[in-house]
Amino acid sequence: MKIVVCIKQVPDTTEVKLDPVTGTLIREGVPSIMNPDDKGGLELALELKDKYNAEVTVITMGPMQAEAVLREAFAMGADKAILLTDRKFAGADTLATSNALAGAIRTLEYDLVITGRQAIDGDTAQVGPQIAEHLDLPQVSYLQNLKYDGKKTFTIKKATEDGYQVVEVDSPCLVTVLATANEARYMTVRGIVEAFDKPVEVMGADKIDVDESKLGLKGSPTKVKKAFTKGVKSAGQVYEVDTEEAVGIIISKLKEKFII
Amino acid sequence: MDFSLKIEEELFLQMIREFAEKEVKPLAAEIDELEKFPTELVNKMGKIGLMGIPVPVKYGGQGGTNQMYSMAVEELSRSCGTTGVVVSAHTSLCVAPILENGTEEQKMKYLPKLASGEWVGAFGLTEPGAGTDAALQQTVAVDAGDKWILNGTKIFITNAGFAHVYIVIAMTDKSQGTRGISAFIVERGTPGFSIGKEEKKLGIRGSSTCELIFENCEIPKENLLGKVGRGFGLAMKTLDGGRIGIAAQALGIAQGAMDETVKYTKERKQFGKAIAKFQNTQFQLADMETKVQASRLLVRHAAYKKDQGMPYSVDAAMAKLFAAETSMEVTTKAIQFHGGYGYTREYPVERMFRDAKITEIYEGTSEVQRMVISGNLLK
Ligand SMILES: Cc1cc2nc3c(=O)[nH]c(=O)nc-3n(C[C@H](O)[C@H](O)[C@H](O)COP(=O)(O)OP(=O)(O)OC[C@H]3O[C@@H](n4cnc5c(N)ncnc54)[C@H](O)[C@@H]3O)c2cc1C
Ligand SMILES: Cc1cc2nc3c(=O)[nH]c(=O)nc-3n(C[C@H](O)[C@H](O)[C@H](O)COP(=O)(O)OP(=O)(O)OC[C@H]3O[C@@H](n4cnc5c(N)ncnc54)[C@H](O)[C@@H]3O)c2cc1C
Repeated sequence: MKIVVCIKQVPDTTEVKLDPVTGTLIREGVPSIMNPDDKGGLELALELKDKYNAEVTVITMGPMQAEAVLREAFAMGADKAILLTDRKFAGADTLATSNALAGAIRTLEYDLVITGRQAIDGDTAQVGPQIAEHLDLPQVSYLQNLKYDGKKTFTIKKATEDGYQVVEVDSPCLVTVLATANEARYMTVRGIVEAFDKPVEVMGADKIDVDESKLGLKGSPTKVKKAFTKGVKSAGQVYEVDTEEAVGIIISKLKEKFII
Repeated sequence: MDFSLKIEEELFLQMIREFAEKEVKPLAAEIDELEKFPTELVNKMGKIGLMGIPVPVKYGGQGGTNQMYSMAVEELSRSCGTTGVVVSAHTSLCVAPILENGTEEQKMKYLPKLASGEWVGAFGLTEPGAGTDAALQQTVAVDAGDKWILNGTKIFITNAGFAHVYIVIAMTDKSQGTRGISAFIVERGTPGFSIGKEEKKLGIRGSSTCELIFENCEIPKENLLGKVGRGFGLAMKTLDGGRIGIAAQALGIAQGAMDETVKYTKERKQFGKAIAKFQNTQFQLADMETKVQASRLLVRHAAYKKDQGMPYSVDAAMAKLFAAETSMEVTTKAIQFHGGYGYTREYPVERMFRDAKITEIYEGTSEVQRMVISGNLLK
C-alpha cells in the first residue's frame, strides 16, 4: 500500500498573539510546528506502515523553511518527503493550495491520501476535500478511526456534529483526520539522527501539470473582507449536581434569560 | 567558536522536551512520594531510543551523540531527578563501559537489550570501606580456571533493584594495589548474587539504591570486562563519562527550579505587588539564571569534547562541580522565593531541593572534583 500524507507547517497558535491595532496575527518569533491534525494523519499512516508495510510519503507546500516538518516526519518514520515550493505558489488560498497539492499527488502512486481535518492557522477544513475533488477520489472527512481489511476496503468511523457514522470506502480514496483520532508517536532518537541524511524531493511549479492561472495568488479567488477579534465570552459556571437538579438549574437559567 | 546547536540537536530538544513535559512531569511527585522506580517510563523511553542514545546502530543503539544524551538527562531531570539518574547510571555507568571496553561478543550480547531498555544497567564500585577511597576494594574475584568466583558487598548501587546487568569492580590481586583491580559483568539471577537492603533516601527517591551481595558467586570466564588488573582505570574513566551525566542531571534540576520560581514570583503578591517586582528578587534571579547558563555551557563543552574524542576528564569534573553546587544553591533559593509554600510538597521545589543534594556526592564528591581539577593544574 502507498500512502501520501499532506502536512502543513503552522505557527504554534497557542503562542500567537494578535496585533491589537490591526487585528492580524503577529507571526514573528512564533515557533512553527506540524499542524496537529496532520500529525494525527501521519500517525494513522505510520500505523498502517507498521501493520501492512505501507510506504509513507509526506508532502508539504510552503517556503523552504517548511522542510522542518518533513524532517520531523522522517524522524517519526515517514519514508519519502516532497517539498512543494515555488514563488508561483505564493499567496495561495485554499483552492490554489489544493490545486498545487493535487498536482503533485498526481505524479505519485497512491492507494490512500491523508490530510488533516483543518490547519490551526487557516482553519477552513477545505484543502482536503478540494484535493479529493481534483483527483476525483471518494473522500471521508473527520476520521476518528480506521480499519483496513488488508486488501482494498477501509471501514471508517467519522465524527459528525451529533455523534458518529461508520462508512466503508475502497481505495484509492482520501480521508481527513482529526488530531484526536490517535496519539501521535514521538520521534525516535535514531529517526532524528538519520532524518537529515534522507533526501527531500523539491518540486517547483514546473514539475506539476497544473495551469499557472490556478496557482498562487493568481489562482486564489478568496478575498478577505474583514478581520476582527471575537468578543470575549465571560467564564461559564460549572455545577456538579445530579441530573434532576441539573435540569432544574438549566430551566431556571433559560427562564432568567427569557429564552423559554 | 560556534555555540549553536546542530539541526538534529534542535529537533532532538523539541522531542525530549515534549516527552518530558507530557510523560515525565505528571509522574514526578508520585515517583518521589511513593519511592516508585519509574518502570513504565523506562519502557516508554526504551521505545523511542532514550536508553541507548550514544550507542552505534549496529549494537541496537540510536547512533546519537553524548551531547544528545546529556541534553536528554538535563530535560528529564528538569521534570524529575529520579528519571534523570536512572537514565544516567544506566547509560554512563553500564552501557558506556561495555561499549568502550567490551569484546565484540560482549557488545553483541549486552548492548542491544540494554540500548532498547529491555534491560536496565547498574554499576557497583562503592563499598562500606571504599567510598571516595575507591581503591580500598574488599570484594574479591578469584580465578578458578574456567570461571571467576566473587565474594563481597557493594553499597549504594543505583538502579540495583531493577537492573539486569551490573558492572562490578573487584580485587583480583591485592598485592598489586590498584593494578590488582578488575571489572566484571554480572547478570541478575546468577547464583550467589543477591540484592540487599534498599536505602531510604532524602532525594531521588524513586531510584532504587541497594546493596549487591556476592557469596561464592560464580560467573563465566568471558564476563571479565577489559583486561585483568585494569578495572580501576576502567572505573575511573567510566566515572569521567558519568560526571557529564550527573552534571546534566544537576543542571536539569536547577532549570526546573528556575522555571517554577520565575512563574511563582510573577504570581505571588505581597505588599500589593508581585514579589517579582522587588529588586531583591530580580537581582537574585539574575544571578541564579547566570549560574544555570554557565553550568549548561560547561556541560555542553564537556560532552562536545567527549564526542570529538578529546580528553575531557577535567572538563567533566568542572561541569559536575559547578552544576551540582549551582543546583544546590538555586533550589535553596527557589524555596526561599516560595516562602512557606516552598517548604511543603504542594510545590515541586521542595522535591527539587532534596534531589539536588546527591549531585554533590555521587560519582565523586565535590571535594573529589576539586582534587581532579587542581591535580591537573598542579601536575
Ligand atoms: C480568514 C482567512 C484569510 C485568508 N487569507 C488569505 C489571503 O489573504 N491570501 C491567501 O492567499 N490565502 C488566504 N487564506 C488561505 C490560507 O492560505 C490557507 O491557510 C491555506 O491555503 C490552507 O488552507 P487552510 O489553512 O485553511 O487549510 P485546511 O483546509 O484547514 O487544511 C486541511 C488540510 O489540508 C492540508 N494542507 C493545507 N495546506 C497545506 C500545505 N500548504 N501543504 C500541505 N498540506 C496542506 C493539511 O493536511 C491540512 O490539515 C486565508 C484563510 C483564511 C481562513
Ligand atoms: C543515592 C546514591 C547513589 C549512589 N550510586 C552509586 C552507584 O551506582 N555506584 C557506586 O559505585 N556508588 C554509588 N554511590 C556511592 C557514592 O559514589 C559514594 O557515596 C561517594 O563516592 C562518597 O563515598 P562515601 O559515601 O563513602 O563518602 P566518604 O568517602 O566517606 O566521604 C565523606 C566526606 O569526606 C570527604 N573526603 C573523603 N576523602 C577526602 C579527601 N581525600 N579530601 C577531602 N575530602 C575528602 C568527602 O568528599 C565527603 O565529603 C551512590 C551513593 C548514593 C548516596
